[in-house]
Amino acid sequence: MEAVSAAQIIFIVVALLTVATTFLVVTVRNLIHAALWLVATLFGIAVIFVLLDAGFMATVQIVLYIGAIAILIVFAVMLTRRVMQDVGPQSNENWWLGTIVAAVFFAAISTLLWSIRWPALPGAVVGDTVLALGRSLVDPNQYVIPFEVASVMLIIALIGSITLALPGKQSE
Amino acid sequence: MVPLSWYLTFAAALFALGLYAVLARKNAVAILMGVEIMLNAVIVNLVAFWRYGNPSDIAGQAFAVIVFAVAAAEAAVGLALIISIYRRRETVMAEQIDLMKW
Repeated sequence: MEAVSAAQIIFIVVALLTVATTFLVVTVRNLIHAALWLVATLFGIAVIFVLLDAGFMATVQIVLYIGAIAILIVFAVMLTRRVMQDVGPQSNENWWLGTIVAAVFFAAISTLLWSIRWPALPGAVVGDTVLALGRSLVDPNQYVIPFEVASVMLIIALIGSITLALPGKQSE
Repeated sequence: MVPLSWYLTFAAALFALGLYAVLARKNAVAILMGVEIMLNAVIVNLVAFWRYGNPSDIAGQAFAVIVFAVAAAEAAVGLALIISIYRRRETVMAEQIDLMKW
């Protein structure tokens, strides 16, 4: 195997950091800290997208995941915090079972992955992929219907979450 | 270049950690964070396969964009549900939300 290239070094560093912050997200006791480590994880994944020549995905990752979803999670933690004052264990009594399932899953997937011969080199990127992506999402011969269905679904989710979170009549 | 299997192993590690969070965490918000991590691992896989397959076919990225939209909708509805449950039951512990359990 030839010498390790710069892209590989960047990948290894970013991947190890991202997995480490993800481990903190799933294990740390204080949920606010977990949400902040989640932001670090999402940023690491954005760097991975840049390494994959998917600039639009990296931008959407930062704007949508970090800017919207992670902040929404921080708000949810703050709104529901009083009862969870970070006392006691933050995992249920079956945590060891979850650990075994996750470890077996990872071992199985990675042995499978490393036994397959993947295409060694990525194909050449021709032209502007952002332009091609934007065209494909409004092209009737390509993905305009999934795109419109996704936008209708977003509207429904918006209305639904407002309805759910409204302080309605307490019909208990 | 970075081999494809590195990206896939990285995504598998993220997915396994998210799976652990879903299975083992008590707090419903933490479970939702696990779901978000798993969705993100799936998106990494999609983009990696797009890049190492045929990059002139934009289907992989279009699929990933749709998954982004679904993840956003899932987060909004999930957090609204958690806040609604918290308002009624004063708890966000998954094991105490057992109204439909008998």
